[in-house]
Amino acid sequence: MAAEAPDTTARPAPPEQIRAVPVRHPGRWIAAAVIAVLAAMFVHMLVTNPVFQWDFMLDNMFSPPVLRGARTALVMTVLAMVLGVLLGVVLAVMRLSTNPVVSGAAWAYIWFFRAVPRYVLLFFIANLGALYATYELGIPFDRQLMGLFGFEGDWRFLGFDGNQIFTGFFAGLLGLALSEGAYMAEIVRAGIQSVDPGQAEAAHALGMSRGRTMRRVVLPQAMRVIIPPTGNETIAMLKDTSLLIAVPVTTELNFQLRAIGARTFQIIPMAVASILWYLALTSLLMIGQYFLERRFSRGFGARETRAQRAARRAADVGGSH
Amino acid sequence: MVRAEGVHKSFGSVQVLKGVDLEVAPGEVVCVIGPSGSGKSTFLRCVNHLEKIDAGRLWVDGHLVGYRERGGKLHELRDREVAAQRRDIGMVFQRFNLFPHMTALENVVEAPTGVKGLRKDAARTRGVELLERVGLGERVHNYPNQLSGGQQQRVAIARALAMEPKLMLFDEPTSALDPELVGEVLDVMRELAESGMTMVVVTHEMGFAREVGDTVVFMDDGVVVEAGDPRRVLTDPQHPRTRAFLSKVL
Repeated sequence: MAAEAPDTTARPAPPEQIRAVPVRHPGRWIAAAVIAVLAAMFVHMLVTNPVFQWDFMLDNMFSPPVLRGARTALVMTVLAMVLGVLLGVVLAVMRLSTNPVVSGAAWAYIWFFRAVPRYVLLFFIANLGALYATYELGIPFDRQLMGLFGFEGDWRFLGFDGNQIFTGFFAGLLGLALSEGAYMAEIVRAGIQSVDPGQAEAAHALGMSRGRTMRRVVLPQAMRVIIPPTGNETIAMLKDTSLLIAVPVTTELNFQLRAIGARTFQIIPMAVASILWYLALTSLLMIGQYFLERRFSRGFGARETRAQRAARRAADVGGSH
Repeated sequence: MVRAEGVHKSFGSVQVLKGVDLEVAPGEVVCVIGPSGSGKSTFLRCVNHLEKIDAGRLWVDGHLVGYRERGGKLHELRDREVAAQRRDIGMVFQRFNLFPHMTALENVVEAPTGVKGLRKDAARTRGVELLERVGLGERVHNYPNQLSGGQQQRVAIARALAMEPKLMLFDEPTSALDPELVGEVLDVMRELAESGMTMVVVTHEMGFAREVGDTVVFMDDGVVVEAGDPRRVLTDPQHPRTRAFLSKVL
């Protein structure tokens, strides 16, 4: 057949567009209708039930002690997470040590602090003053050692009153940070182990020390795995600051809102105010998480550089699809 | 430059190196060939102490690798001392092992600034020169995942060269590459060999071994079976095991 050679330079005219009747989904329509009715009922309840006392709630949820409480919740979250992450990195590195005592100690720590509920832990720490009246820093077993050589006395250089330090903000921070360290240790360990061992080998082959390899090569890549669950931990931590009522930390958000509710017998409006506050603060943290995750996915395909993105867009526009 | 005497290495109950003897002179290019599992890569990794040897002695540039001999006893070197030894030995891996969170230039600059304490701008100037030398002057700000395999391996070579090593080790540098990308990496290695670098290359590229290698070493079952001038070893092998291997690959 001596047909003409197909002209490869000209595109063939696109065939007629398909206009088929789409499949109907009555099940989905029913579900949507049910949801719409439920939503309407919910809004109706919010508007008509006088117990909500919206005016009262709005008047009180931004009072100065509540605002201070919100600040305390945020500051506590940030400090507890910073300490928790640092502790977690140390514990993770210990956990991966070849020395069985070192890794065993990390294992025991993680086991203990993951097993004890935060509320119980906070309550216990708040009452450490009853265990010892004073807490001192010095040489371990100093009295026994001096007794051994026939002396009396001790080698201690710094002391605290247990009933004074294990209260309020510090006790709360201690409890939350210690607990968080255990969770972060597992997250960091998973992150470190997710990095290809060839990376550390390449760094060692370049003459980098173990510490530098960890800091410059392994941890930055582990971050990609570590950041998303850490964001979740931060959000959980913000919510767990409400547990500080076990200490108690009187400047804390939930404590303040509840106090107003108890004082005025307006329990529901203040409980709703609590919900809205945590909702707002958590949403704030989620925005931060989004930007952090983007930052640490550099070089992993998920993201292109700005210049490359612009170039691709230009190519897309010029192309035919 | 490298001297190995009776190097042994086992992984658990598997004996991988069973007494490797080898000598590499300064400026020499030694290509190590042999079937997979013959211990070529393991030996290469022993040379910069990524693996600890079980028996024998291994010297690089006159220094015992990973140990110090004192009073007739061997003492393991500390991490810092091992790291210092490795500074003079560049290594290129089969799977590139570029740092994916750094651009090509950052990969090259990382060790000179962080390990040698070179100033940032000096290291960057030198890094750009090295990347230009391997033909990647246009790609200095790309991340590894934006580069082809051949380009990544050339960045890896530039990264190793940035430490100004006296010895370069190549562990099957082209085995993970698409066939059409092998040539560009071999070209860079050939140029490096011509510049007088001492190189130990574990490879399956017989053409490269013949043209560039000063010596070809055939390893099998954890020992050096035959070594010598590439034209002789590759065309007129003396040992039956060498002959059997070459008949399969040539």
